[in-house]
Amino acid sequence: MFPLTGTNALLLAPVFGFAFGWLLHRGRVTSYDVIVNQLRLRDFTVLKIMLTAIVVGGVGVFFLVDAGLARWALREANMGGVILGGLLFGVGMALYGYCPGTGFAAMGTGNLHAAVGAGGMIAGAIAYAYAFDWLRGTVLAWWNLGRVTLADVTGVPMLALYAGLAAFAVAFFWWLESREARAR
Amino acid sequence: MSDLALPAAAAPRAEARPGRLNPYLVGAGIGVLSWVVFVVVATPIGITTAASQIAGGVASLAVGPEAVNANSYWARHPFRLDYGTLFLVGTFLGALASSLASRSFRFEAVPAVWRERFGGSVPLRFAVAFLGGAIAMFGARLANGCTSGNGISQGLQLALVGWVFLAAMFVSGVATAWLLFRKS
Repeated sequence: MFPLTGTNALLLAPVFGFAFGWLLHRGRVTSYDVIVNQLRLRDFTVLKIMLTAIVVGGVGVFFLVDAGLARWALREANMGGVILGGLLFGVGMALYGYCPGTGFAAMGTGNLHAAVGAGGMIAGAIAYAYAFDWLRGTVLAWWNLGRVTLADVTGVPMLALYAGLAAFAVAFFWWLESREARAR
Repeated sequence: MSDLALPAAAAPRAEARPGRLNPYLVGAGIGVLSWVVFVVVATPIGITTAASQIAGGVASLAVGPEAVNANSYWARHPFRLDYGTLFLVGTFLGALASSLASRSFRFEAVPAVWRERFGGSVPLRFAVAFLGGAIAMFGARLANGCTSGNGISQGLQLALVGWVFLAAMFVSGVATAWLLFRKS
């Protein structure tokens, strides 16, 4: 039955997107102040959401793949692109106050500067399309490690990595919460 | 300040406020949404691929569809109402519905944290938001994904690309925020 393709998948796309946008707003990451204060290390809402999503999502998807109900959807680790791109992305995110998903969601909550930044995102995407041929011959051609996981790189089994990540998340959140409780 | 970072213990009170949900619950929700999309449509959550397709649509208004089709990047990612584009529309609508339902929709041109540091100038905030959005999107395309597509969807698969992206974006994001908000 699954995965659905064609029209059925297209009909579900806005439903899944709707759930994502709803969650982003309820988690307050459609707020410039919350995201920028994460980058200023004053408010850890963004990390709490992202790390929880990664642990819950990752462990679940691992067992779904193991049960044959889902397939991994790994992207290539093109190191030149992801390192340079990630560094640029952080600069842009600090200036804009949003990442692309939260920016488009924040537009929906009435944030006019988020909408202006979304226009900037369109401009950035157009600039990238015109720079693509040059980048393909340089940055993107430097160092591609292919579709590898941390398990491939470290030799540690996936399940052990998930367990370690979950344990780290619990310890980190516990430390964070007790620190925040003291600060009040 | 103290209500910016809500601890789990204060969650019931926090949830009673309009438009707020415990960040761990939101993270878990995004994790569960990831299980669903991996199984049902085999398409992980992501934003920027669709955004760059939309940029192709915008560019074709300016330079015409022939010029866009001749571009090697848009030839790979043509503008169409596909799954990713509809997911992006859903994200916008979900945040809109959530903010309306919780009566927290409001037009904001200059957010509080920005105002405190740079004053209330709307043109300045809009200019920096546009620039930041452009840089973030260029970086996201170079890295082949953003916070959602790379950080969460690749991160939860323990893909190397996801974790390198997360490290790079947080290092440069924190550094840029420090430069922007440090006391001179």
